[in-house]
Amino acid sequence: MSRVLVGVKRVIDYAVKIRVKPDHSGVVTDGVKHSMNPFCEIAVEEAVKLKEKKFIKEVVAVSCGPTQVTETIRTALAMGCDRGIHVEVSGKDYEAMGPLQISKIFAALAKKEEASLVILGKQAIDDDCNQTGQMTAALLDWPQGTFASEVTIDGEKVKVVREIDGGLETIKISMPAVLTADLRLNTPRYATLPNIMKAKKKKIANMKPADLGVDEPPTRLAGVKVETVDDLVAKLKANGTI
Amino acid sequence: MLLGKVSLTPALCTALRISPAFSGIQKQIGAAATQNARLYASSQAAEAVLDKQAVGTTTATKAATAKKAQSVESQSFAVNMFKGQINPSQVFPFPSVMNEEQTQFLQELVPPVSKFFEEVNDPAKNDSLEKVEDSTMESLKEMGAFGLQVPQDLGGVGLTNTQYARLVEIVGQHDLGVGITLGAHQSIGFKGILLVGSPAQKEKYLPKLATGETLAAFCLTEPASGSDAASIKTLATLSPCGKHYILNGGKIWISNGGLAEIFTVFAKMPMMDEKTGQMKDKITAFIVERSFGGVTHGPPEKKMGIKASNTAEVYFENVPVPIENVLGEVGGGFKVAMAILNNGRFGMAAALSGTMKGVITQAVDHAANRVQFGSKIHTYGAIQEKLARMTMLQYVTESMAYMISGNMDSGSKDYHIEAAISKIFASEAAWEVTDECIQVMGGMGFMKDAGKHLKSLQKALKNPLGNAGLLAGEITKRAKRTAGLSTGLTLQGSVHPELSHSGNLAVKAIEHFGVTVEDMLLKYGKNILHEQFVLKRVADSAIDLYAMVVVLSRASRSLSQGHASAQHEKILCETWCIEAYDRIMKNVKDLKSSSTTQVFKNMKAISAAVVENGGIVAPHPLGF
Repeated sequence: MSRVLVGVKRVIDYAVKIRVKPDHSGVVTDGVKHSMNPFCEIAVEEAVKLKEKKFIKEVVAVSCGPTQVTETIRTALAMGCDRGIHVEVSGKDYEAMGPLQISKIFAALAKKEEASLVILGKQAIDDDCNQTGQMTAALLDWPQGTFASEVTIDGEKVKVVREIDGGLETIKISMPAVLTADLRLNTPRYATLPNIMKAKKKKIANMKPADLGVDEPPTRLAGVKVETVDDLVAKLKANGTI
Repeated sequence: MLLGKVSLTPALCTALRISPAFSGIQKQIGAAATQNARLYASSQAAEAVLDKQAVGTTTATKAATAKKAQSVESQSFAVNMFKGQINPSQVFPFPSVMNEEQTQFLQELVPPVSKFFEEVNDPAKNDSLEKVEDSTMESLKEMGAFGLQVPQDLGGVGLTNTQYARLVEIVGQHDLGVGITLGAHQSIGFKGILLVGSPAQKEKYLPKLATGETLAAFCLTEPASGSDAASIKTLATLSPCGKHYILNGGKIWISNGGLAEIFTVFAKMPMMDEKTGQMKDKITAFIVERSFGGVTHGPPEKKMGIKASNTAEVYFENVPVPIENVLGEVGGGFKVAMAILNNGRFGMAAALSGTMKGVITQAVDHAANRVQFGSKIHTYGAIQEKLARMTMLQYVTESMAYMISGNMDSGSKDYHIEAAISKIFASEAAWEVTDECIQVMGGMGFMKDAGKHLKSLQKALKNPLGNAGLLAGEITKRAKRTAGLSTGLTLQGSVHPELSHSGNLAVKAIEHFGVTVEDMLLKYGKNILHEQFVLKRVADSAIDLYAMVVVLSRASRSLSQGHASAQHEKILCETWCIEAYDRIMKNVKDLKSSSTTQVFKNMKAISAAVVENGGIVAPHPLGF
């Protein structure tokens, strides 16, 4: 049981008042306060806790995006991760990037780093996709424990208590596995100033998606509006989706 | 020969039309302890105008034969301002002293510290408990908040003054009670060890102080010695074995007095004066551990504000202090005290600029949402004026804080007047801003739950102490400048072209200020130190002038760098300069006017009558 990969996403801070750009092309991000996605913080905390309990040896924090995401990786390092990986994606590619792309990157990294666990936040607070964890597990063909509110390592298995619509569900899955963190999993620690200082010495490796064999995100196609449900069904049949 | 070693530009000489008839007049200026920061600033600067003897540490009653020391060319803007000169080197351009690594490091520190103060620290709880909650103290210690400026190799965070200012700003924004607890510990409590401690002392004490395992306190004030710090009576006598000093005395108003383990204590010692062969009392600074025995403290004082900060009396009864624990030189304690206070003073401006920022946010939030008479109240002129004044005061304070921290980080040793200015300005501005916020918020503003700092703003740092040195030197009369004469002084090239009008106001103000200072010195000579009505107006003008220059510098930088906020800052700057100029000119005019002199006389008389009567004098209008 050696290595855990934790994904951290840099998002607009939850307390910021979001403003739409004048040209309606998106939200204002320039000069706006960004921070680590709260669910990613919970994921990092869980990984660091597992390391403190000696279930794992090394926690690697991963983030995909432009240069600024290194701040987020550093926060993860200050919370106790051992090293970081920055997968560089910038500009238009970054804007077009979505869960499918990210999960391909994570799947490739999980194999490359021989991770036993990939822990992600259940969703990001900017796009609320709630897809990356599930897609990553599917691409790796690994079991998944999503919406985790409690994680216990039991030998070669992981017991996960999941928060689902009906209440709580407990499952036992084998490792390697993908977990996604829900709100009540833990309370993330505050990065202390001495830890931030120590984090400066920890390494962050740089790479590009291509280095992992992952291609460019496809150009996003325009959507089409239809008038009725029948039209929708017809269109979906026509392009082979159903 | 003019003002001794003051360097004169040719332009200045011509403009002043130095007349040989006035040369050679010399006066001795005796120093006296000054009463408060305002007077300290103006008297300190007054020193600079004259040739001065090396500032001694003895109380000044002697008019020693003037041994004219070379007055070192001062880089301080404020010092030169008193001479009616402009030395822009420390004010233009606005200092930008952090390298990339320091900036990046600071950027990483700000979010966790902010988060802690937003989510964990509970100011209301601390206030009602009249102490900082234990769990919060623990978290602050883990966070490293107790050793921000201790070098990293001794267990601290190793921050520069600018980095420290930025973090202290966050503390000030949320909880000044915590701010004082932290400040009393590291800004003054153990600052002496950082500044003048021996390597052995640093190694012994700093690591535990940095982690907060031990807390520190600064012990100077006594019941009979506040502003007049040189008159302290706590006594240190060498023990017969010669290995200890025995400390006896009591200190009051000591922040962290009830919590500290390590005390920086100032005591007097009789010492042989080599020159006269007489015994003299000189002050020595000591590092005193509570564990030495004989150190006790009183109950926490009940204060009207910053209640979470512990303030207590500390008593020393036959405390044996090893001779290795002398801090700095034996007999050099006064200088150590001054160095500590001067060094930590900018922290107040930084903290209070954060306080004002937080308070303004509250006021703006209220004004933007409250509807009266059918409109949001921020549409009414009276509210707009309040918000604008609050914003300007915060802008000036913040600009001062970071200009001074920038100067200090660049290695300047010449910042003490500016630091004093920033401290008074910040304290008074913060009171005014908070009061105006309460006004904007109406009844809600006065409620504890409104989340206001209310009376928790305090002038927390001691007033700087009167300089006990001797002023000696020459003063010669200068021909008075008539208005409109160009002195050759200019800020062109330093100030952004869009601000040139405000820059000219500053230059004119400096010219008039310089003349006024000389006039006052001519009129009163050495007795000026007793003319506090005059000194107050001189000091107020000095503060306003420095404030003008500071915002000119900052707004110029924003304009040159094309910040999004540059036009807004330009308006802040111009408005401040117009009003400050008016205040300065009024002070200058008052100081020349005979009716103001009459006002001073009247005020003195009123005060005397009221003091003699033990209260107001006029009988009640109702007759009973």
